[in-house]
Amino acid sequence: MNLLNFVNAFFSDSSHWHGYDGIPTRAWEHVQYSLMALAVAAAIGLPVGLLTGHTGRGGNVLAFVATAARALPSFGLLVLMFVLLGLGLLPVMIPLVVLAVPPILVTTYEAVRSVDPSPVDAARGMGMSEPRILFQVEVPVALPLILSGLRSAAIQIVSTATIAAYVSLGGLGRYIVDGLYQRNYEKVVGGATLVAVLALATLTLFWAVSRAAVSPGVRRST
Amino acid sequence: MIRIDSVTKRYPDGTVAVDRLSLEIPDRSITVLVGPSGCGKTTTLRMINRMIEPSEGTITLDGVDIGKQPVNSLRRSMGYVIQNAGLFQHRTIVDNIATVPRLLGWSKDRSRARARELMERVGLDASLAKRYPYQLSGGQQQRVGVARALAADPPVLLMDEPFSAVDPIVRKGLQEELLRIQEELGKTIVFVTHDIDEAIRLGTMVAVLRTGGRLAQFAPPAELLSSPADTFVEDFLGTDRGIRRLSFFTSETLELTKSPIVSVDSSAEEIASRATPEAPYLLVTGLDGKPLGWSDPGDLAAGEIAADRLLPYGRPFEYGKDSLRAALDCAVLSPTGWAVAVDGTGRVAGVVSQQTIGEAIRSAHASGQRDEKVAG
Repeated sequence: MNLLNFVNAFFSDSSHWHGYDGIPTRAWEHVQYSLMALAVAAAIGLPVGLLTGHTGRGGNVLAFVATAARALPSFGLLVLMFVLLGLGLLPVMIPLVVLAVPPILVTTYEAVRSVDPSPVDAARGMGMSEPRILFQVEVPVALPLILSGLRSAAIQIVSTATIAAYVSLGGLGRYIVDGLYQRNYEKVVGGATLVAVLALATLTLFWAVSRAAVSPGVRRST
Repeated sequence: MIRIDSVTKRYPDGTVAVDRLSLEIPDRSITVLVGPSGCGKTTTLRMINRMIEPSEGTITLDGVDIGKQPVNSLRRSMGYVIQNAGLFQHRTIVDNIATVPRLLGWSKDRSRARARELMERVGLDASLAKRYPYQLSGGQQQRVGVARALAADPPVLLMDEPFSAVDPIVRKGLQEELLRIQEELGKTIVFVTHDIDEAIRLGTMVAVLRTGGRLAQFAPPAELLSSPADTFVEDFLGTDRGIRRLSFFTSETLELTKSPIVSVDSSAEEIASRATPEAPYLLVTGLDGKPLGWSDPGDLAAGEIAADRLLPYGRPFEYGKDSLRAALDCAVLSPTGWAVAVDGTGRVAGVVSQQTIGEAIRSAHASGQRDEKVAG
């Protein structure tokens, strides 16, 4: 049997479409974990990135923290957290957030820092307050880059959230983990395909957000 | 009036950017700060809107110490124009211009209406309102920068090398536009440039600063040209300051002569009677009174005047409007050594020799007569 047959067999089996182990349930669980992890990572990465980018201070510390965080393997961190905290959502969220903060933080910092200094100077000279300069001058121009940081974080989260299944949580990882355990390769391939589809959907979503949120003046000139 | 009172700016590393500078910047006129790089001209400008805080000394605006005013409301009361315009690329032209009115709490509609009014004032076509900065040329962007600075009708305008990033022809247009706007609005403008020609063209008063942030001379441009304070100012003005000074003298003092002028349909006798030893050449004019060219009277005596055999007359100057500098330039460029003066409609008003212009220059210098600045 080749790969396409696996995929076909998995998706055409009607029992895979409902129940607590059905595709809609597992996909929704996966989306929930991913959104939660992305929200927490953005809540940490965006403010710190915006602030350091605006002031231009703390770049070195940031680069160090980001590199260190990137060096941590997600799976190892999951096992460690499981040992320390036991079963639950928290040991899954921590590795996902650790994975997602560096791309958000570093790109946001770089995006804001690399905004052309002359409009910022003009804005300050016209009497704009610093928060206004950040949100009305720097962020709109830095937005495409900031979104690209969020996008790569989101995609990494979506593909890594499969690890939740190792600590007996749901999500699309369930199919992969269970399939491997049961030697049911149809299930493994089906689960992996769903993760890939979700990652592509994430990509599309970010493309749409970028179209809608980025000013045509910025889009066309960069 | 902006009064800069023995202001010093010293940086933590010990560099002195501005050294005990005192200046009184008159209201409703253009004061230019000019000097080589490192002379502290931009630092001085930026201390006026507190983008940089002075280390010592005070700056007052209408008698009030600006150091004691809330910084953002101070800046909103001063228009600010910078070198590359510094437009917000994510905002349309009209919204760029509406920035300060919006900061001051005006409604969106009122701010935009005001922005459109200013686009017209600075010579921008209304069709550009909804465009984004990247769709405009450098010169147009700079006009938007000026419009944005004027949007809230501030009494003071600070301009930091606003025209130095555009090509010379566009720059000249922007300079003329600024002078025209200033004539209409009468703002107190502080203008920074490293270009002495720009300083002389625009300034009512010119402050020449030397490296190290010290004032070398503060004077009206004509005075700067006629009596530079020291060798630094003299060198900075360049070698042809005598010629440039002629820009400040009107051509009205020139005594024009009409005798060596003949119409294209003149008779042979008429032509013969016009030639004099002082004016060996005759200027032929068309039936509309506009100049056609110079000719030797001997060539004309034959009767029919062939327009294509005439000598070129160079570029004429407009009598009374152009300066002595323009008149002298015409005479130098003319193959006969005589300049052609025309009136506002381009008809010949008379001709004048280099010698006569030379006499006018001598008497202008002698009397120290200084006219309103005229285009040179």
